[in-house]
Amino acid sequence: MAFGEGRGGGRGRGDKKTGDKAQGQRRTLFRRRKVCKFCADKIDDINYKDVKLLGPFVPERGKILPRRISGTCAMHQRKLQTAIKRARQLALIPYVTD
Amino acid sequence: MADRQYELVYILPPDVTDQQVTELHEQLEAVVSRMSGQIERMENWGRRKLAYEIGHHKEGVYVLEVINGTGELMKELDRRLRVMDQVIRHLVVRVDEEKKVVDRTRTKRQTESERRRVKRGLPPVRQPGEGRRAGDADESDDDRFDAGEV
Repeated sequence: MAFGEGRGGGRGRGDKKTGDKAQGQRRTLFRRRKVCKFCADKIDDINYKDVKLLGPFVPERGKILPRRISGTCAMHQRKLQTAIKRARQLALIPYVTD
Repeated sequence: MADRQYELVYILPPDVTDQQVTELHEQLEAVVSRMSGQIERMENWGRRKLAYEIGHHKEGVYVLEVINGTGELMKELDRRLRVMDQVIRHLVVRVDEEKKVVDRTRTKRQTESERRRVKRGLPPVRQPGEGRRAGDADESDDDRFDAGEV
């Protein structure tokens, strides 16, 4: 059964090769590959005093940004975690914000 | 056994005078030297907004001290700071071991990159104007992940 060409929607770059339908459509939702910021920028030291560095990993609500979203590698996420927790104790970063 | 290195950060109420800060610093210094430690450096960050209220304070004066000494010394300092009512918050962190690891990885990376560069017939240190421009890395920083998308 052939669905109309329009059904797949104009998402991503899958438009041109509609030949392999069904199989192709969902796959071609293009996701940017996540990279660990600390590995990429070669930041060795994740310090609790560096609020500017930690900031992007503590979104609005005050929770620590999960690894699956930020793309941070396991080692650096662990270090980030301790740094954020220390910064929280010193009121540099909030525990919660409503 | 070599001395350990600690970082001590404490927060004072926003209305303290510079004199009170130095007084407290001297008090701590006396304790440190009595227990055969030494203060490597002291940093006053000045007034900062607190991320949440502590007591009824919304701002605080942050002071950082880097101290070389034993665990006993830090225990004593911790106890004293806990008792002092003009200190609204403090934190002691041991830093020497992490510092060592950081230094090691840094030098290792550097020697490694130098070795590779020499192998490729390049001078060991990156020349100005070579490779990506310095600004490139900074610009792509923020959009590497999208916080909103779950």
